[in-house]
Amino acid sequence: MNFILGVIAAIGAACLGVVALLGELVIFAVAGISHIFRPPFYPRLVGRSLMEIGFFSLPVVALTALFTGMVLALQSYTGFSRFNAESAIASVVVLSVTRELGPVLAGLMVSGRAGAAMAAELGTMRVTDQIDALSTLSTSPMKYLVTPRLLAGVIALPLLVAVADILGVMGGFIVATWKLGFNPNVYLISTFANLRAGDVVSGLIKAAVFGFIIALMGCFNGYRSKGGAEGVGAATTAAVVSASILILALDYILTQILFVK
Amino acid sequence: MSTPKIRIRGLKKSFGEKIVLDGVDLDVMAGTGLVVIGGSGTGKSVLIRSILGLVTPDAGVIEIDGEDVLRAPARRARELRAQIGMLFQNGALFDSLPVWENVAFGLLAERRVARRDARAKAIEVLAQVGLAESVAGLSPSELSGGMQKRVALARAIASAPAIMFFDEPTTGLDPIMGAVIDGLIVDCVKRLGSTSIAITHDMASAQRIGDMAAMLYNGRVEWSGPAPSLLTETNPVVAQFTHGRAEGPIKMALRK
Repeated sequence: MNFILGVIAAIGAACLGVVALLGELVIFAVAGISHIFRPPFYPRLVGRSLMEIGFFSLPVVALTALFTGMVLALQSYTGFSRFNAESAIASVVVLSVTRELGPVLAGLMVSGRAGAAMAAELGTMRVTDQIDALSTLSTSPMKYLVTPRLLAGVIALPLLVAVADILGVMGGFIVATWKLGFNPNVYLISTFANLRAGDVVSGLIKAAVFGFIIALMGCFNGYRSKGGAEGVGAATTAAVVSASILILALDYILTQILFVK
Repeated sequence: MSTPKIRIRGLKKSFGEKIVLDGVDLDVMAGTGLVVIGGSGTGKSVLIRSILGLVTPDAGVIEIDGEDVLRAPARRARELRAQIGMLFQNGALFDSLPVWENVAFGLLAERRVARRDARAKAIEVLAQVGLAESVAGLSPSELSGGMQKRVALARAIASAPAIMFFDEPTTGLDPIMGAVIDGLIVDCVKRLGSTSIAITHDMASAQRIGDMAAMLYNGRVEWSGPAPSLLTETNPVVAQFTHGRAEGPIKMALRK
């Protein structure tokens, strides 16, 4: 009997822990967002974060998108040729990249790169008292450290995904025309014939949400890290893992909302 | 009798089951320097972090200029705490900013100087702590421990605060550099006419920078008195701590 009660108590404690963590996360997010609308503003910090999250992530996102488009064209050809449906490759590549692969892969790559960097930077600032020092210098750490990163995440990811969309389609085009013998003009016509503005816009909306999630998880985990180098490492890992899982889970939910009729 | 600049009554703080502060009472008169001593984990840092608002106490009163910062509206509490300059134990300089921006950070945050004038002001304050203009453009990571402490001190005094806190200002420094930092602290506090609270384990430093001293033990103020009498105090807890004796009531307390 005691064993069963112990198990129930452990499950209850775990559930309470998860609810408390979610509560903290929501309060943290609301505080970060609320500072967007209240002065003072830090445009220089938003610019710096845009460079960190956006510009410096461009190479890794671009390469990921390019090779994904290339692989997608190759795999689609292998499968579709069995049903004489090779002509659908262009549509499959462009719709897969703009709706799904562009935002998700860019999100995962930026999470691994910029999200981890954010958590490590804020975590180090926390354990070396730099965040407390901000408070003693008449500066809100949330406003100074978190809000610019949240804003930059929401702005940078759609820009990165726009580039990823173009390069992903280009990757498919390169493989289709150079390796698989497609006519370039026919491939391009087929690409744009089946593409709707909504496909691209929905992908960009997903990207904005993912950008927010990456910045939020990076800042949240870094901001509350403790225990020196080990704590910073744990915060960095937690930031990447939680952001990646949330990106994949939210991708399903957003796809359900945006695409399924 | 005049109102203390800082008045603390019945301050309590626990972390889980661990009681760190268990009813601390302290008065710091305007223009005086109080040194707080005590063993590791006795709540010295928690005490000044509570005054700064970085830690929320469980109970008690913290008054600055007669106003209770714990019960004041948030904006008023911020205004009261804005007159405190803080030197953190490890400097806590911002890695991402050059030295001059670290020093001028508070001034820029409070919009007291325009950005174009901030560098000149920072160089002026750096000179007050004995650092050359050439240091202004360096990153904090390019500085030695002693220079980082000086920059942190420059940042703390840049806004000419009415109250200054020093958290173990000489920790990690050699005795000569420690004495230099103490000298700078005394100069800055005197020049600004500030009220100060310093935490230290270094008895030589405590006597150099403090007018008054208080010892925390078991979550309370065990003893308070003039800092120069620290080494001659007969209270067994204070005497054991200041002379670094292995035998005495502090060790007995640890054995419990």
